[in-house]
Amino acid sequence: MSQIETKGRTLTFNIFRYDPQEVGDKPKMVKYQIEETPGMTVFITLNMLREHQDTSLQFDFVCRAGICGSCAMVINGFPTLACRTLTKNYPKGEITLMPLPGFELIGDLSVNTGKFMRELAERLKLWLHPMSEDADVHRLEIPMSPQEAAKLYELERCVECGVCVSACATKQMRETFVGAVGMMKLARFELDSRDSRSTEDFYHVIGNQDGVFGCMTLLGCQDNCPKDLPHMQQIAYLRRKMAMAQF
Amino acid sequence: MKLIYTDSLVVGAGLAGLRVAIASKERGLDTLVLSLIPAKRSHSAAAQGGMQASLGNTVKGMGDDEDIHFQDTVKGSDWGCDQDVARMFAHCAPKAVRELANWGVPWTRITEGPRQVVVNAEKVTIEEAKEAHGLINARDFGGTKKWRTCYTADGTGHSLLYAVDNKAISMDIPVHERVEALAIIHDGKRCHGVVARCLVTGELRAYIGKSTTIATGGYGRIYEVSTNAIICEGIGQALALETGVAKLGNMEAVQFHPTAIVPVGILTTEGCRGDGGLLRDKDGHRFMPDYEPEKKELASRDVVSRRMTEHMRKGKGVDSPYGPHLWLDITLLGRKHVETNLREVKEICENFLGIDPAKEWIPVRPTQHYSMGGIRTDKTGQNPQLKGLFSVGEAACWDMHGFNRLGGNSLAETVVGGMIIGKYVADFCQENSLEIDTNLAESFVDKVRDEIDDLIEGGGTESPFVLRKEMQRIMMDYVGIFRNGIELDKAVSELQGLLERSRDIGLKCSKRHANPELVEALRVKRMIKVALTVACGAAARTESRGAHAREDFPQRNDKDWLNRTLSSWPDENALSPELSYEQLDVMKMELPPGYRGYGIDNAITHPDTEKREQEIADIISELGEDADRYQRQNAIMPYEVPKALQPKNERLSDNLTESGECVEKVGETVE
Repeated sequence: MSQIETKGRTLTFNIFRYDPQEVGDKPKMVKYQIEETPGMTVFITLNMLREHQDTSLQFDFVCRAGICGSCAMVINGFPTLACRTLTKNYPKGEITLMPLPGFELIGDLSVNTGKFMRELAERLKLWLHPMSEDADVHRLEIPMSPQEAAKLYELERCVECGVCVSACATKQMRETFVGAVGMMKLARFELDSRDSRSTEDFYHVIGNQDGVFGCMTLLGCQDNCPKDLPHMQQIAYLRRKMAMAQF
Repeated sequence: MKLIYTDSLVVGAGLAGLRVAIASKERGLDTLVLSLIPAKRSHSAAAQGGMQASLGNTVKGMGDDEDIHFQDTVKGSDWGCDQDVARMFAHCAPKAVRELANWGVPWTRITEGPRQVVVNAEKVTIEEAKEAHGLINARDFGGTKKWRTCYTADGTGHSLLYAVDNKAISMDIPVHERVEALAIIHDGKRCHGVVARCLVTGELRAYIGKSTTIATGGYGRIYEVSTNAIICEGIGQALALETGVAKLGNMEAVQFHPTAIVPVGILTTEGCRGDGGLLRDKDGHRFMPDYEPEKKELASRDVVSRRMTEHMRKGKGVDSPYGPHLWLDITLLGRKHVETNLREVKEICENFLGIDPAKEWIPVRPTQHYSMGGIRTDKTGQNPQLKGLFSVGEAACWDMHGFNRLGGNSLAETVVGGMIIGKYVADFCQENSLEIDTNLAESFVDKVRDEIDDLIEGGGTESPFVLRKEMQRIMMDYVGIFRNGIELDKAVSELQGLLERSRDIGLKCSKRHANPELVEALRVKRMIKVALTVACGAAARTESRGAHAREDFPQRNDKDWLNRTLSSWPDENALSPELSYEQLDVMKMELPPGYRGYGIDNAITHPDTEKREQEIADIISELGEDADRYQRQNAIMPYEVPKALQPKNERLSDNLTESGECVEKVGETVE
């Protein structure tokens, strides 16, 4: 099927190149050509380009299976995970790769999403604040509604790839906006019956222009999220919670 | 030279490393973690299926306890494991699961009442107890007597890693990201830390710690096709090897997982078969019952992988441009199940194969998956040769897996091992002072700097990418699922050729900061040495045990090979590791070697087995009928865990049988 269709096609890759640490280096687009193989992904291509054409090419991959979120980049204008992007999905055989906007550039296609996410976690305190610190690990666990557990897992599937941040117009205009990833995580803890924070606590963190009231609802986060997370639903939920909050 | 010092230095920010870091920080110690990547990207995130712990909440897990988990683990290891460690592990696993719930893991929970499950290709209705409602659920996995694998859908590793990393962030534990350790600083007796290179700036730093814990995961990427993330390259093991002093254990014990998708080798969880999925051949025939009538698809991983290979060798595989494969059929589980409990599998099938696994069969074949071998440690996680060097998780040979790991026991090992070893690491840090010898640290930094200079300016001609490909091909072709002397010897001599060539690597890109080719070169030189420990260990071990299957020596030989392979590399110019062996003592075992339950029992027995069995029978009869399982166990094989982890584990059955005879007292200390 597709294997025969795509075999031997020559693909053209336009790749953003810039090494911020190299004195005098300027950002540029560089064209590479490579023969397509069956089942080829952007991950496979970039590795082949590095091995055979330019050993200095910088990019990030870890799991190469759509699980870890390392390899988000902008492919033909859309931010997405490169590891699971099949080249056969581009009928013209021309693919442009750019680094994710909104993050510190390390070099070429590599950006520092890790630093961003750690800072966000520290700023919004994105961890469980337990009701009680003295839960006994030797005793039976505290029961939890199966529906609640399933719901939490659904919201927890974020891989911190940064796509929602780079696809968010508000975030691009307002540096301090927490973005969909921050709100999704807060919503996850807000829903967790084990978390001791109150609506008021959450209000202080996101009840403002940097949080739920800054979102312009342009849907970039939800449209591009590789995990299909319900970002808008959660933002709307938090917004309603914040609006109804009475202190 | 930039010198950074701390109390507890941890290399690797996956579940095992983070858990040790948390244990150190809890004790008030200065703690620092180094990682190649952001912590949440660690390979731990890829674990789908779950983590074994004998909670015994579900109806199919009822009656489960530490004893059964221990027995399954020892049998699964093909009697290659350290039974004390398996005991420590089985005892602490329920505690780790419950601790993780307290840290935010949304474990899948039990719903009371009837529910339909697929068992042996048939729909069966099971009924969960009212008392179990809301407690942590468990699914079935291979090689276990009970349903024991706790899970969050099929994203368990992701949930665990996020909860544990969040906990680490909440405790303000720093993680130096994009930093790669390249040498262990030591004086031949004591480990002082590591030399590490910043992957962004290229800066070399000496990190000095009272303790250094290597938690860098496995070495799957020495193989061409592996389910491992591309960072699982065995560098932690290589660093230990390059000290010339520290020894690695059982490096030849390499597990192949039955169901990775073809061709890319991405894993589909054992949960697929645990939940009722079947393996089929090119005729659509379900073949596993023909080979393993009792356990079928849920025989131990090494067994299923070999049976699949055997079946494909008979011409029953499905032809494809990438060689033969078989089918994994989860269509019978129904769309709802696939889309909730196996949704990562579904995503992988959609994105990489373009198929819908609720309707179509998944092309699979056995693929390199897990490294049972690693840095040899004692029961506390410390390397016996280098004081202050600890190792935990897949990087280590703490040795609860022996020659074959059961599904769900690796995710468990990361957090359980981290929980236990973390306490010993903290003890070590409290009992020992920081020793800073700047001359020593500088000498190691200089050595790494010289190595980099030589790669960039030395005029070498070999390509690191070519060497890596060659190494991976050799390992795949000659050190795979089935092994034999002729091919293993070939592997050793070809790898030695590569090792010589790796001394003549030259780079095209001469940057000293972010330079992926330099990173590759530094790694491949080390990976080839790791590959040689695997190939040499496999060539020397003339028996079949667990995942190590010799066609020319098909019997498990307890008489001559009930031991652990140790490899070290004392002469850095040598072309092979030095092998030695550490005997396992049958007379100290709780469970002497016996039949594992698969195929014909062809083991060559150990002369002490019978003697030990008699001894155990005598101990039990002497104890009398009043003794409970704790007293029996303690009389047969006492073991130790840190004090805080000693209390017994409460189970639902303790409450359910209030008037019954099996009430166990909770909260007492195990002597």
